[in-house]
Amino acid sequence: MQGRTPGFLAASWIVARKDLAIELRTRSAFLSVVMFALLGLVIFFFAWDPTAVSAIDLAPGVLWVTFTFAGLLGLHRSFGAELQDRAIDALLVAPVEREAIYAGKAIANAIFVSAVLLVAVPAVALFYNLPLVRAVSALGLVGVLAAIGLVAIGTLFSAMAVNTRMAELLLPMLSLPFFVPIVLASAQASTRMLANRPFVDEVLPWLKILIAFDIVFAVACTVAFPHTLEE
Amino acid sequence: MSDAAVTVQAKSLAKNFGRRTAIAGVDLTLSTGECLALFGPNGAGKTTLLRLIAGLLKPTAGTVRVQGVDVRRDTHARSLVGLISHHSMLYASLTALENVEFTARLYGLPEPRAAARRALESMQVSEGARAPVRTLSRGLQQRVSIARATVHEPSVVLLDEPYSGLDEAGAAALTSLLQSLRARGATLLVVTHNVVEGLALATHAAIMTEGRFARFEQRGGAFGAGFDAQRYAAEYRELVRHAG
Amino acid sequence: MTSTRPRPVFDWLLAVAILAVVGAIVRIAFFTPVELLQGAAQKIYYIHVPAILSAYVALGIVAVMSIVYLWLHDERADRLAESAGEIALLFTTVTLSTGPIWAKPIWGAWWTWDARLTLTLFLWFVTAAYLVLRGAVDDPLMRGRYSAVLAVLAVLLIPFIHLSVYLFRTLHPMPIVLKPDRPSLPPEMLTTFLISLAAFLFFCIVLIRARYRLALLREEPVVP
Repeated sequence: MQGRTPGFLAASWIVARKDLAIELRTRSAFLSVVMFALLGLVIFFFAWDPTAVSAIDLAPGVLWVTFTFAGLLGLHRSFGAELQDRAIDALLVAPVEREAIYAGKAIANAIFVSAVLLVAVPAVALFYNLPLVRAVSALGLVGVLAAIGLVAIGTLFSAMAVNTRMAELLLPMLSLPFFVPIVLASAQASTRMLANRPFVDEVLPWLKILIAFDIVFAVACTVAFPHTLEE
Repeated sequence: MSDAAVTVQAKSLAKNFGRRTAIAGVDLTLSTGECLALFGPNGAGKTTLLRLIAGLLKPTAGTVRVQGVDVRRDTHARSLVGLISHHSMLYASLTALENVEFTARLYGLPEPRAAARRALESMQVSEGARAPVRTLSRGLQQRVSIARATVHEPSVVLLDEPYSGLDEAGAAALTSLLQSLRARGATLLVVTHNVVEGLALATHAAIMTEGRFARFEQRGGAFGAGFDAQRYAAEYRELVRHAG
Repeated sequence: MTSTRPRPVFDWLLAVAILAVVGAIVRIAFFTPVELLQGAAQKIYYIHVPAILSAYVALGIVAVMSIVYLWLHDERADRLAESAGEIALLFTTVTLSTGPIWAKPIWGAWWTWDARLTLTLFLWFVTAAYLVLRGAVDDPLMRGRYSAVLAVLAVLLIPFIHLSVYLFRTLHPMPIVLKPDRPSLPPEMLTTFLISLAAFLFFCIVLIRARYRLALLREEPVVP
């Protein structure tokens, strides 16, 4: 009863579905991450002097920093389930490419992180009194681009961190230097969009950096993943 | 497929991990329907040998082929192999049915849910099928794991201490499953510490120490009708004591 | 009873390298004229720049050896990468410490987020992460794989850091900092600089070699 073994995309999606099924079953990780993100937004609000900095200048930066740290919390669980009873071995023995395992997990993480964005973006518009439609579209667009880069790096590093002694500390330490261009470009692009700055001159270069980063690291991390495995 | 088709072949197989030699030179040929019982002390290289055949590791020297194919290179040929170990390789928060169905999908089976049900039934898991795996007993988990590993009806089944953690019912179900797999023409490689149980199923028996086969016998040779399993077990214990 | 670990031998090259660096510092302090505009603080420049250039050499070794390791899985490449990584962190720390000492009297600010400084700070973080990762993995093969992957990804990161900071400064007018143009060095100063550079590079290479030998000494002999 041999069927046709799934190709790269099909296999990735099968793995992603499985990860999402596990996540939906427990749900606690998602709620914790959303709570963390919202709390972060609130705390930064109380640290803010509205007469010194305008909401449009501050809010996007606050969102991206909070989102990054919240994302790190969420990414951490990605490979935990694989290690628990050596489920990863079953994946490696299966007729799917190792890169597809990585891609599947990254896709699941991207969906998870986007769901957090769905809550955090309207929240920041609300808390900081930003013009709603403009804020949600600008932050939403940038958020999707930022999420791709965050997830590409975070999925790979969580695969490594889970095998080490200080996993919770190591994941941020490895990932944050890589997240800086993402946070910088995201904050710059979204602040300028909200302030209605000229798009091509001031916003587009930052979006280009984000897109380039996403492409380079999505490819690089997919290629790198098999090299982290024992052989 | 002819009766005498070679399913597993290793030639001068060697594996080093950095400076440590795990497999020092192994030659092995198994055909359809044959079963090798592999004994040996801990650290002898038995698990490494299984992982090499499964395509999880790359040989340092020599070759290993399953039905003539290098499973490490040919991704799709991995569906020829099934791996069972004392780790369940299951996802604790998913149900038994979900776990096996996921595996069925990974292997591209046309009706994954039906195949998963069948596999679970053949291992006599029905009550626990819809509960998260972490709520099941160890023995039941092991049965689910075996269903997971055989849902795609592999031609070569590699078992790393499959009897550990099984109660009597589970062990009996496993033995009858293995017999039916053999009857269907699968090749089995069983690593076990239980000499008598291992020999009952086997057409070949080997003792591995320090990365090599110290002894290798097959039915029709020394391991035939008049074979004294108790004496073999005693000699095996001697070998293990000297090696350890 | 076997003696499998070699006894450490006195490292002559390291002694010579240390003398060379001391000699360079003496020359900097006593035998080089004080720069007219910037004053005595400018002399830090003779340490600051050779330090970062040496760090670049060490980091280059880490990057190349990481690629070699991923390709050949030779433990010597991994050992050399580890040694070069530690030395790189040392020299980057020297750079980041001497920078503000030079900058404050001359630019009027301890730190500016210009492209080069920011990149140096990043290199420090990434190198530290590399060493922490190595410390957190027990299995030597896994350690080699993971740190090599991190090193290669870090190489890809560098252009993005550089580009981001450059764009940031182009579009974002920073407060005007008194920053004289790169001084064109008169011959005496140039000589001092080159001597210092040579001494530091030599010291860097010799330190990596010493660290590599230390790593060899530390490794447990394989139990037969």
